[in-house]
Amino acid sequence: MRRPTRDRLVSLALLAPSVIVIAVFVYGFIAFSGYASLTRWDSLMPDFTFVGLRNYERLFAIPRFQIDLGNIVTFTGLFIPICLIVGFLLAVLLDQRVRGENLFRSIFLFPMAISAVVTGVAWRWMLDPGTAGGAHGVNALLDGAGLGFLKNGWYTDPAIGIKAVVIAAGWQMSGYAMAMYLAGLRSVPQELREAARIDGAGELGVYRHVVLPLLRPITLSAAIILGQIALNLFALVVSMTGPGPGFSTDVPALFMFETTFRASNFAQGAAIAMLMLVLVALLVVPYLIHTFRHEVRA
Amino acid sequence: MKRRLTGPRGLVGFLATAALAFAACGGAVTTTAPAVSAPAASAPAASAPAGEPKLEIFSWWTAGGEAEGLNAMFDVFKAQHSGVDIVNAAVAGGAGSNAKAVLATRLAGGDPPDAFQVHAGLEILTYSPDQYLQPLDDLYAAQGWDKVFPKDLLSLLKYNGHYWSVPVNIHRGNVLWYNKQIFADNGLTPPKTFDDFFKVADALKAKGITPYAFGNNGGWEDAFTFESVLLGSLGADGYKGLWTGATQWTDPRVAQALETYKKMATYANADHAALSWDGAAQLIVDGKAAMFIHGDWANGYFLSKGFAGYGWAPAPGTSGIFHVVSDAFALPKGAKDPQNAQAWLELAGSKAGQEAFNPKKGSICARTDCDQSLFGDYSKSAAADFASNALVPGTDAAANPKWITAYKDVVALFVSKGDVAAAQTALQQACVDAGVCK
Amino acid sequence: MTAAVRTRSTIGSISVTRVLIYGALIVAAVFYLLPVYVLLVTGLKSFQEVSLARMWELPRGLGLESFVRAWAGDEAKGFTGLAGNFANSLLMAVPAALISAMLGSLNGYVFAKWRFPGSNALFTAFLIGLFIPYQSVLIPLVVTLQKMHLYGSIPGLIFVHVVYGIPITTLIFRNYYATVPGELIEAAKIDGASLLGIYRWILFPISVPAFVVTLIWQFTSIWNDFLFGVIVTSRPNVQPITVALNNLAGSFVVEWNVQMAGALIAALPTLLLYILLGRYFVRGLMAGSLKG
Repeated sequence: MRRPTRDRLVSLALLAPSVIVIAVFVYGFIAFSGYASLTRWDSLMPDFTFVGLRNYERLFAIPRFQIDLGNIVTFTGLFIPICLIVGFLLAVLLDQRVRGENLFRSIFLFPMAISAVVTGVAWRWMLDPGTAGGAHGVNALLDGAGLGFLKNGWYTDPAIGIKAVVIAAGWQMSGYAMAMYLAGLRSVPQELREAARIDGAGELGVYRHVVLPLLRPITLSAAIILGQIALNLFALVVSMTGPGPGFSTDVPALFMFETTFRASNFAQGAAIAMLMLVLVALLVVPYLIHTFRHEVRA
Repeated sequence: MKRRLTGPRGLVGFLATAALAFAACGGAVTTTAPAVSAPAASAPAASAPAGEPKLEIFSWWTAGGEAEGLNAMFDVFKAQHSGVDIVNAAVAGGAGSNAKAVLATRLAGGDPPDAFQVHAGLEILTYSPDQYLQPLDDLYAAQGWDKVFPKDLLSLLKYNGHYWSVPVNIHRGNVLWYNKQIFADNGLTPPKTFDDFFKVADALKAKGITPYAFGNNGGWEDAFTFESVLLGSLGADGYKGLWTGATQWTDPRVAQALETYKKMATYANADHAALSWDGAAQLIVDGKAAMFIHGDWANGYFLSKGFAGYGWAPAPGTSGIFHVVSDAFALPKGAKDPQNAQAWLELAGSKAGQEAFNPKKGSICARTDCDQSLFGDYSKSAAADFASNALVPGTDAAANPKWITAYKDVVALFVSKGDVAAAQTALQQACVDAGVCK
Repeated sequence: MTAAVRTRSTIGSISVTRVLIYGALIVAAVFYLLPVYVLLVTGLKSFQEVSLARMWELPRGLGLESFVRAWAGDEAKGFTGLAGNFANSLLMAVPAALISAMLGSLNGYVFAKWRFPGSNALFTAFLIGLFIPYQSVLIPLVVTLQKMHLYGSIPGLIFVHVVYGIPITTLIFRNYYATVPGELIEAAKIDGASLLGIYRWILFPISVPAFVVTLIWQFTSIWNDFLFGVIVTSRPNVQPITVALNNLAGSFVVEWNVQMAGALIAALPTLLLYILLGRYFVRGLMAGSLKG
């Protein structure tokens, strides 16, 4: 009976470094940031004088931050459904026993393998609207296709702003939803579809009544992952647009970065970070609890 | 299967570092001791090159005339100090904003360069001078710089009664550039006041010419150009008072400046949000727009394009005032090679150094005794103005970084939204938050 | 609709539906490939040929100047090429991926096969680390790395990527080991094998697919990371390629075709991995989404 005890100790020892590291670098650091957000630390010199919620009050009064919150809500609200819908449609198309399925799938998914900075640089120039001297990028393409009326200022137009970033982000991430849905479609038992067809359901009916309900869990988890990516949006905006005219492409992560590491206002930066954490938690925690319950039951 | 060995060994290392981190973090949370240790006490970062001494000079001069000027100074330095290897730690990007973020993290991280570029004036506050920088009073005395830099400039450089940086060049921010051909064709003269400006603009607009070139996709141009407008509205003393609390931002002249700025935008090229400042300057070169209000690095841009058909005048309402944008070098505490770093600062403030740098960079000397035959026509006229005009600081020199950030954000938002009352309230609030206004 | 079903199964016959399906797929593929096309043709154009207005035109002759310029830099203009940063990214991503895969394998093994009271809760606590916005740890991270003398260095970046890679690597391996039949472990235990013995002789040898998935996933994420790179490394000579590329893009004077060429260089390693080992990449992707 000595062996199991020793093994138990060894198992804990194997886990210990990671547990400590996670405890410190995730939970400890979040606590530290939370505390820093309640202090007066507004220069390179740390100043841990407690000031209560003053940094948060200030933050909500700053127009730039109000715009950022609106932007990130707009972005997330467009990005998730666009990725899901595009991903679902592509998956359904690929599910029709097409030739070259592997090639198509690879093409739809490859943007995920490259850095958001690369995406940002490419789309920065593609969506450069051009000047009086002539249209650039996508605008030039639209001109060439006789669709000149669709030309616009993209990310340089404050009315479009963050929505132009959705195009680039959707390009990068919709393949993810496609891959998820395709895996889901493949796991729908053929007999179920056949049964529905025998019951007189058309192809659309099969999707509506059989396939879609089975894909609901996939939609949920894909939406959560995409939502988390959306709320943390940073590198793409930095490399593609910066804060934009009138902060029309600004996001909390960029404001946090500039506040903290450019203006050295650490307490304010920590406050933005904590609010970002709250936003993500509102999205993810219910999902994790849900998943965790399933795990235990399983 | 030998690879397995790396596992356990790695784990021990992790355990140790994690424990260390735990201790460090705990200390910072429970006590009020600074979490960032004094740079002098911290060892060089793991990446710091060991071995032969290297002089690391940090700047955001990565390209064009700026980089050429910096290289010219390196050459002079190498000639004076053979055997010193200079590392050019330049960081590219928007008027130094990337570089400033990098520098702040390096100083806070205990990994300072030997000397670094900073805008002369209160921009040093970004780097907590009392903790991270060396005062340079002795150097100023030894080099006799208080005799060769103008008095107004010297007072801009002082903070807490000490000098913290050595200015190497001077740029002027409040210049009206215009396309001479367009002005001649339409029988116009460069406007001296904003009333004139709008008259000229109307005349040009009637002819279908874009009166005013503007480009603000860099994010900083909005606030920068607005300083010229503020100057035109408040004059030198009123403007300086904005940054010291002597003038309140609630002053009607600030509202007037905002109105003027808003009106100017209606005469600008429609695609200004897609253009950077050089894109706007190109409109003058191409004869697509008539006037451009910008710093005199635009002069370097015109020259680099082989364009000679431009004229210049002080921005409307700012004749006799010189809006100073000056690059300087500062000396961080904990520099790895303090002796050579000091020698670098000596060079930056010297006649030889400034005469090597400025003709290439397209700026003028911060000293008033440089050989003017080295410079072009524009620079000669700027140098004459610099010696005689009232000098006022640009924002980067006039306020602490927290305030500058707030100010820039307010103006950037104003340019897009155009709400004068809201902008004025926010500008005053920024001043109050900075502890300067009541 | 039964007719449609029959058509579907008839190989070789062309129906309107089929044409529409392929048409839609091709249009979508063109959209996804558009940026690559632009990056490529812009990079290949000679400097005289480069113009934003003629972005879409094919190059008239092949010129590799842009790539050479992006890779080697331009001394006269004072910008250093991406070659050094490319090496930095390799020096960072390879060790970090290896170490975090090893850690994830051991953690996953314990979580899957040596459960203890509270191990599920602990695992969930790990998983939360997958979702946090890293902004919420950046400030103490800078302070701590500085105290550890890891700030501003590639070892510092390796450390950070290993730490924040633990949740995902643990998840992948735990899910992988969960599929190993419990009887196998029990039998080995009865034979007197220890915890480490079982790992060494039973699980490790069959872990190759999980290691491949994890290594590819980690390498890709670490190579592509921008946030930690920009926060932890501030010296241009230690910065990873994503940060250097962004700085290139932020400067007025570096020609945009050089930026495009730089972007392609930065994308190349992960793109190659994806092309060669795509299916493992997809598995990592699926693992990241917990259980559907």
